[in-house]
Amino acid sequence: MSAIEARETRLHLTTGAWAWLAVIAALLLFVAASMAGMVDPRSIPYLVIVDPFVQMAQAPDLFVQTIWEGLVSGVLYALIALGFVLIFKASGVFNFAQGIMVVFSALTLVGLHEMGVPAPLALLLAIFVMFVLAVVVERVVLRPLVNQPDIILFMATFGITYFLIGFGELIFGGNPKQMITDQLYLPKGAIDLKILGGFVSLQKIDIAAALIAAVMIALLAFFFQKTRIGRALRAVADSHKAALSVGISLNQIWVIVWFTAGIVALVTGIMWGARSDVSFALSTIALKALPVLILGGFTSVPGAIVGGLIIGIGEKVGEFYWGPLVGGGIESWLAYFIALGFLMFRPQGLFGEKIIERI
Amino acid sequence: MRGPGGDKAVVAGDVLLAVDAVSLSFGGVKAITDVSFDIRKGEIRAIIGPNGAGKTSMLNVINGFYHPQQGRITFKGTTRVKMRPHVAASQGIARTFQNVALFKGMTTLDNIMAGRTLKMRGSFFWQLFRHGPAMDEEIAHRKVVEEIIDFLEIQAIRKTPVGKLPYGLQKRVELGRALAMEPDLLLLDEPMAGMNLEEKEDMSRFILDVNNQYGTTIALIEHDMGVVMDLSDRVVVLEYGRKIADGTPKEVKSNQQVIDAYLGVSH
Repeated sequence: MSAIEARETRLHLTTGAWAWLAVIAALLLFVAASMAGMVDPRSIPYLVIVDPFVQMAQAPDLFVQTIWEGLVSGVLYALIALGFVLIFKASGVFNFAQGIMVVFSALTLVGLHEMGVPAPLALLLAIFVMFVLAVVVERVVLRPLVNQPDIILFMATFGITYFLIGFGELIFGGNPKQMITDQLYLPKGAIDLKILGGFVSLQKIDIAAALIAAVMIALLAFFFQKTRIGRALRAVADSHKAALSVGISLNQIWVIVWFTAGIVALVTGIMWGARSDVSFALSTIALKALPVLILGGFTSVPGAIVGGLIIGIGEKVGEFYWGPLVGGGIESWLAYFIALGFLMFRPQGLFGEKIIERI
Repeated sequence: MRGPGGDKAVVAGDVLLAVDAVSLSFGGVKAITDVSFDIRKGEIRAIIGPNGAGKTSMLNVINGFYHPQQGRITFKGTTRVKMRPHVAASQGIARTFQNVALFKGMTTLDNIMAGRTLKMRGSFFWQLFRHGPAMDEEIAHRKVVEEIIDFLEIQAIRKTPVGKLPYGLQKRVELGRALAMEPDLLLLDEPMAGMNLEEKEDMSRFILDVNNQYGTTIALIEHDMGVVMDLSDRVVVLEYGRKIADGTPKEVKSNQQVIDAYLGVSH
């Protein structure tokens, strides 16, 4: 073997990779030193690096409970992100109004029930209202603004947001409302599992939420992959003018997409409303979808799901084990921090399309 | 095989599409001024002219991307002023684009299947379950698509995402998607742009075959004069948005105005 070949076969590591290896080695060294009792258990490095994992190992039931809580909020984050992804894929619009659509749909459901409409009928009517909303948005907002720069459409969704807030308050009032879980036959109470030398308590509503979300995501995936409309949706996502030239109506596709996003919003609203209550404060959860989208990539449905779960679990675990170090309350910003961390390594998100520009 | 254009008897000579005194402007810029011409059933009609003459604008007017301020367009005997692109598609106008417009994330097969969108009528309910009538329909359409794939000799790239294909093959897939619509009128915007000689010859052969075998009427824009003269039955020449000549390739070639437009004239 010649000298040149030998050099090529040698392991190549960039400076960055060497730096990371050094960091990991230092951490391992520190952990080893801690186990040998050479580190003061009250020192900051010990509390940050070793102590949380010691806690996890000492009370595994609590750890499982934390993961479960994270999983459940992760599912809901994933649902919200899914609403964003659907609309972004088909029309390139970042729909700021997705958060308020969650509130508005849930409010419509509860509000109609308060007015004396039976729950199943109220549910159907709420779905119908989301359909009307999709048609109106397409007619009044998207169609006149077609071919305008994305930022204009983005601003228009702000308009939709404030319209829905005002319109919702006008009709149903601004007071927080109770979700009609019983009337919708959603389960109540909790299941206590006796595992790992302790109790893990699972709320039945959370289990239902996870199941319903899974079924809905499976249905959507099937719809996108296997039906004529699904193929048309993917076509529109790829190229508007090509889609038009084969006879796909953009207007029809936009209505379908916004309606689908509306149904996703309704399901999210019911599930989230069942855990707290239905109020306009809920719409801020849309901001939680942003780190999920950054993580998962704006155009990927699997990305929204995996991103949602990572953010949900990450923030609950972070809050429970690392939060007390800084006096708690890190849950509100940890999601963004996790997303930023991922961005350093994968700027296109976990599942986003890598953009390669041909020059 | 029931190919593009359907199984109607082709009567060359009938006017399929008539463009009547069409003018189009964007703000103050006049793209097309008072242009009239017709396309007869079964012919290959070329639209040529220097850069910026309004050729692509003309195609965009025909398939509804642009709405002309003045003039009328009569297609299959129906006159219209305005039309949306998907309506034009449903009436039997298919097209390809100057800079290939494909669904880059989808496979060759899915791209061409997308061309069948308008032909699929199965109910949404059955499609969701992939059963019954929807399955039969899917199979029938798939058969047509496979025939087109054979015709264009792109069997090998059937399952390749088209974004990965070289430019020449992308152009061929785009033609396939247009053919899948079984159009009455096929608009080709520079089908041979950026191709090498061999690719150009292949594409010319496909265009002639489509015209001969299926009797599809074709309107094409092309810069390569050799290709235009070989392929087309009649030629329209545009310059600065106006029509300066119209006739057989031979007539157009000897027209003084056309020679001036292409070679320049000393003032």
